[in-house]
Amino acid sequence: MSALAHVPASAGQPAPPGPPRGRNRLLPYLLLLPGAAWLLVFFVLPLLQLAAASLYDPSGSLATGYAMTGEVGNYWDALSAYWPQFARSFVYSAIALVLALLMGYPLAYAIAQKAGRWKNLLLVAVVAPMFTSFLVRTLAWKTILSDNGALVGLLRDVHLLGADGRLLATPFAVVLGLTYNFLPFLVLPLYASLERLDPRLLEAASDLYASPLRAFRRVTLPLSMPGLIAGTLLFFIPATGDYINAELLGTPNEYMIGNVIDSAFLVRLDYPQGAALSFLLMAAILAIVFVYLRKAGTEEVL
Amino acid sequence: MKLRRWLADRWVMGVALLVLGYLSLPILVVAGLSFNRPSSRLSYDFNEFTLDNWAQPCATSDMCDAVVRSMEIGLIATVVSTILGTLMAFALVRHGFRGRSGINGLIFLPMATPELVMGTSLLALFVAAGVPQGFWTIVIAHVMFCVSFVVVTVKARLAGMDRRLEEAAMDLYASEWQTFRRITLPLVLPGIVAAALLAFSLSFDDFIITNFNAGTTVTFPMYVWGAAQRGIPPQVNVIGTAMFAIALLLVGASSLRGRRARRAALAAPVAAVGAPKSAS
Repeated sequence: MSALAHVPASAGQPAPPGPPRGRNRLLPYLLLLPGAAWLLVFFVLPLLQLAAASLYDPSGSLATGYAMTGEVGNYWDALSAYWPQFARSFVYSAIALVLALLMGYPLAYAIAQKAGRWKNLLLVAVVAPMFTSFLVRTLAWKTILSDNGALVGLLRDVHLLGADGRLLATPFAVVLGLTYNFLPFLVLPLYASLERLDPRLLEAASDLYASPLRAFRRVTLPLSMPGLIAGTLLFFIPATGDYINAELLGTPNEYMIGNVIDSAFLVRLDYPQGAALSFLLMAAILAIVFVYLRKAGTEEVL
Repeated sequence: MKLRRWLADRWVMGVALLVLGYLSLPILVVAGLSFNRPSSRLSYDFNEFTLDNWAQPCATSDMCDAVVRSMEIGLIATVVSTILGTLMAFALVRHGFRGRSGINGLIFLPMATPELVMGTSLLALFVAAGVPQGFWTIVIAHVMFCVSFVVVTVKARLAGMDRRLEEAAMDLYASEWQTFRRITLPLVLPGIVAAALLAFSLSFDDFIITNFNAGTTVTFPMYVWGAAQRGIPPQVNVIGTAMFAIALLLVGASSLRGRRARRAALAAPVAAVGAPKSAS
């Protein structure tokens, strides 16, 4: 649609009376220049600097300065020291993603297909958590999951938790927090896809003797693929890089790679290691996204 | 069959409402805690009801300083990123130029990069360039991650606009500037306002990128992060609840306005052309 909108006004239509063509040709570049320059200087250039910093000689320090020695070993050292946190980041965000899909798909489907005139209200309810501070909301889970709280009391009474069992400061709390914090990012694109689903297709499937499950698998799911792909990525990328949930709801035993990177840069001041870990995180996420997009893409075709 | 479908409908809605409950629970807790007098500084449990926190929201003055600072940063970052992003959106939707895919990539990448990586890489740049970190490095960082969201939001509005309205203005001898002032800008404005609100909320709430580029400057999220270790003053929940209420009011007001504007916007071109446009 937008591809049609920016065809230069020449073919077929009378050219609007306007400034000389020279200025017209330059105009888009002038419009793009400030924003593009900002992104180049403060997004692309920093990434290059981070790549350089990851190869600094680790024996330097902030005070004495770092020597650029092309130290590829930084990556190996960082990974062998912190692989548990690295792996944990991906395991936690993968579990959170599965939970978010189990909750988010029915939610998106219900809003898109079943909500009728309540649609907008329910959509606002989905984004409403984002109206207030991420950190304050995450801290609220400390109250909900507190050892003295109603939830833990109930779970202890029905013996789902031992007498001194806890929810807070466990992997469960961290995964629950991740699921909660990034669920809206999964639901919104899913909703956008499901909203365009024509309910008559499902009726047709059922007329042709498809069971509801089969109709879901063969009609609803394939048609919601674009939203599903976008939503899982929008969930997975920030969840894997998050360390707020692990810090506030977990203990050092639940630390994810973000906690390590935070302390490398801000506490231990080990820039080469922090930079190497940041780059590893980005590379791993990009690799997973790439593989996922290829796989999801081919399945969509099948 | 009918009964089964009725059940299936309600089943999905039931799950959806449970999930919405899960999403809303922390907000209710925050609102509740804003009326709570905690038993100790490090306690997160409900203790007893009080109105003190609302009566004296600035009892811990560094918290209110941090809120004001976050607003200042948010306003500056919003103005700059909205201008930069809107200009880019106009170029992308309205003009043909070389290097479009490169520009699209440049806009898309910051949205797909983990905040952690953007934060640490900016830190690495500022340290290497010897730039002292503080208020302005936070502003620079916030503009950087807000621009892409502004572009996407304004672009969506521009792409959905009926260009025939502008052509009609030109046919009626409006100059290019008049057309822009009287037709284009008012039509795009809701998109620009939405983009600015999004930018402000992203900036106001950002923690990860800010944390790496703040130096000793304390924003509201930074304050909460630090206080989580030392003990949270209950006024933090007052700020959280107030933010929520303000945002909700804004959304309510804009949806009422939007509904009226949409009706008008739908009616005008349909009446002018005689038939609705086919979905493209």
